[in-house]
Amino acid sequence: MGILIRNLVTASQCTAALRKFPKKIMSRRLNASRTEGVDKNVWVEFTQMAAEYNPVNLGQGFPDFAPPQYIQDAFCEALRGGPSMHQYTRAFGHPRLVNSLAKFFSGIVGHHIDPMEDVLVTVGAYQALYCAFQALVDEGDEVIIVEPFFDCYQPMVKMVGGKAVYIPLRPKVEGGDGAMSSGDWVLSADELASKFTPRTKAIVINTPNNPLGKVYKREELQVIADLCIKHDVLCFSDEVYEWLTYDGAKHVKIASLPGMWERTVTVGSAGKTFSATGWKVGWAIGDGPLLKHMKTIHQNCVYHCATAAQEAVARGFERELELFGSSESYFRQLPATLNRKREKLAMCLESVGLKPIMPQGGYFMITDISSVEVDLNDPSTKDESYDFRFVKWLIKEKGLATIPVSAFFSPEHGKDFDKYIRFCFIKEDSTLDAAEAILRKWNTPHDV
Amino acid sequence: MNASFSFSFSAMSVAKLLPLCSRFAFRRSVCTSQCTAMVSRHGNTKRIQGLDKNVWVAFTAMAADPSVVNLGQGFPDISLPPYIKDALVQAVSVDKLNQYTRGFGHPPLVKALSQVYGKVCGRPIDHLKEVVVTIGAYGSLFNSMQALVEEGDEVIIIEPFYDCYVPMVRMAGGKPVLIPLRPKSGQKPTTSAEWFLDPEELASKFNSKTKAILINTPHNPIGKVFTKEELQMIADLCIKHDTLCFSDEVYEWIVYRGHQHIKIATLPGMWDRTITIGSAGKTFSVTGWKLGWSIGPEHLIRHLQTVMQNTLYTCPTPLQEAVAQGLLLNCELMGRPECYFTSLGEELEVKRDRLAAILREAGLSPIIPEGGYFMLADITPLSQDLSHMASDEAYDYKFVKWMIKEKKLAAIPVTAFVGEESTKAFDKYIRLCFIKRDETLDAAEAILKNWN
Repeated sequence: MGILIRNLVTASQCTAALRKFPKKIMSRRLNASRTEGVDKNVWVEFTQMAAEYNPVNLGQGFPDFAPPQYIQDAFCEALRGGPSMHQYTRAFGHPRLVNSLAKFFSGIVGHHIDPMEDVLVTVGAYQALYCAFQALVDEGDEVIIVEPFFDCYQPMVKMVGGKAVYIPLRPKVEGGDGAMSSGDWVLSADELASKFTPRTKAIVINTPNNPLGKVYKREELQVIADLCIKHDVLCFSDEVYEWLTYDGAKHVKIASLPGMWERTVTVGSAGKTFSATGWKVGWAIGDGPLLKHMKTIHQNCVYHCATAAQEAVARGFERELELFGSSESYFRQLPATLNRKREKLAMCLESVGLKPIMPQGGYFMITDISSVEVDLNDPSTKDESYDFRFVKWLIKEKGLATIPVSAFFSPEHGKDFDKYIRFCFIKEDSTLDAAEAILRKWNTPHDV
Repeated sequence: MNASFSFSFSAMSVAKLLPLCSRFAFRRSVCTSQCTAMVSRHGNTKRIQGLDKNVWVAFTAMAADPSVVNLGQGFPDISLPPYIKDALVQAVSVDKLNQYTRGFGHPPLVKALSQVYGKVCGRPIDHLKEVVVTIGAYGSLFNSMQALVEEGDEVIIIEPFYDCYVPMVRMAGGKPVLIPLRPKSGQKPTTSAEWFLDPEELASKFNSKTKAILINTPHNPIGKVFTKEELQMIADLCIKHDTLCFSDEVYEWIVYRGHQHIKIATLPGMWDRTITIGSAGKTFSVTGWKLGWSIGPEHLIRHLQTVMQNTLYTCPTPLQEAVAQGLLLNCELMGRPECYFTSLGEELEVKRDRLAAILREAGLSPIIPEGGYFMLADITPLSQDLSHMASDEAYDYKFVKWMIKEKKLAAIPVTAFVGEESTKAFDKYIRLCFIKRDETLDAAEAILKNWN
């Protein structure tokens, strides 16, 4: 009996020890080296915080209101469209969807788009970007990234063994009393030209830009196009916010510039187009020879995308093609709605002494917080950059979620931009009101 | 084409050509040769060299002809369970379920998965750390390879194999090492249970470079359900050589009477080194929903999560919500005949037996599967003369193409699922899918009755 008890005790100690120090499964490396250094992710971090603290959420970029009724209806109709709606469709894109995308965008790009050759449907614009990097960027290739950038570009370049070469947009006017616009942030043509080398494979641009909201003018895109052509470089153009422009700013597709169709991959998103980010339907449009290689990645990665969601998006585009330019077009209605929210948020931020940068497009607004004096004494964040610390403090102490802007800059330039935070304004008015209430309360003298 | 080669003509001369190009109205046709040359340094990257071919592209196109009775590609033409369609319609009507959810898996879904599989595996599963939701089981296979396989690694793959296994290993930089299932020598198998891995041959495939073995049970295309002893043999080798195991179990609920699906992850010493892959598409007869999952220990799953957040970030929300509802409902019903995990297998067993009878009557020799919804048929007895087909493709490829064209019946050639060295052993087999409505099986029967 004594032996039995002793053995039981030893066994339980062993189990406890194993749980505390799990045995090493393999003496050699377990995870592939492509996963090294790409495990941190700002969205994972802040989505977790939002779930934990339940703040007024102007952080992650998604609407907190419904998609337009007709698109929800389109999905339900698709689901009732017979058994084939629930089974595999064409791997590179559901025929009805690629046909409607090709038809819709041919006129805008000014180039005939072949639905079977020039379009690839992906799981969100995110996967379209992934396919572009994997298919077209080899180890050792350089990729120019314009800062601030949607954060996934950097790890995607890293995972293919590419070298990211950064160039920041810089404000033309330093300080000043007037409200700044995203249009005041520009690339230096000389600085940009200096970034192109014989190893440059591609440049990634995002217009309208997240987080800044800049809408590149035709002349600005021409400067980039000239360099792409001169150096025989590809352009990955992330245009997910293409329908959201304000103050008469026009969205221009770089693929429509002379000599650019053959070297541009244009990425779009149903999630952003139809305010249904959870559908995860996106696409890449570009010349067949480029898309061909992206299809090879796609067929070895996910192969098919969900059928019914694609059918619904197709119906959405068919409707929008008919209503294009009219007041009933969602592509007119949404920017009109968001423009009002944009102005409301800007006024609110200014009234509490913050300095927002008015975005010409997209649904984000960045704000300079350098005038705010606050004691960030949270030891758990002491090694992080100022804006990260500020945002975490704002969530925990004030119940308001935003996103730190240095997350959208390279490590080398991040510290120059760590006094900005990003607000998302594609939110119900009640959410914006709640945010305003928090900011006003905070602004009153006795409350720091 | 190697992307690192550059072309000899100068970029400047190309730049001079371009303004000329843009002046022409038919820009595309005039510029094609210059423009193609201009961007031809932008060929495919090394990682996908030679991976562009795909059996489905060829055969799906051929079978798409509506006059062809399609027993080829593996998808149901039977209806999905109505409650799962309703769950999706309901989910789409909830505003916030149309927006992003948690990247590694929608909370209700990962909780439901941990519940179902916790029950099945007999161990608690952490829904946040030991589960990741992917775009189909296909996406799980991809995540596993990208997360855990790289250059210098070997991955053992059992033939016949679901065709994406080899290109996925290669895209990750790994080296596929193949080992065929074989019938006992001298014997003609009539069921999937008569195909085996030779223990010595299997042991010889393991070496210090072996990173993982990829198994599939129930097996596509043969329908074999690996026994506990067979899985133990594989497990022993994994433990001895300290390798991982990727277990593709998408057909886990489709197992016929007298057989039991065993999860290799439940064998001693295997949980810590196994990724188990499942599929909503196969579980609920909704292949077009493209949702799957990987379940395993945290120290492996976290690397799959890293891949996920750098490839597509998150899976569609309403679909995940609906699958969660379906899983919870059936978890309650587990062990009862109304449970879809049981009833689907029963429904399919009838179809399995029916197809086998139809094939026998037509003079083909079916291999009765123990699980899954595919059946191999040995086409040797037909002695079909295909000498008029000039290509150097394997016999089964020619046979299937001929059968689609002449008989309007589609199947899939089994050599699509094997490496070159095993072609001769499998080129007299075709694969037929029987998760089809009675009308489809009736039509197939009519064709096979009138074969001669």
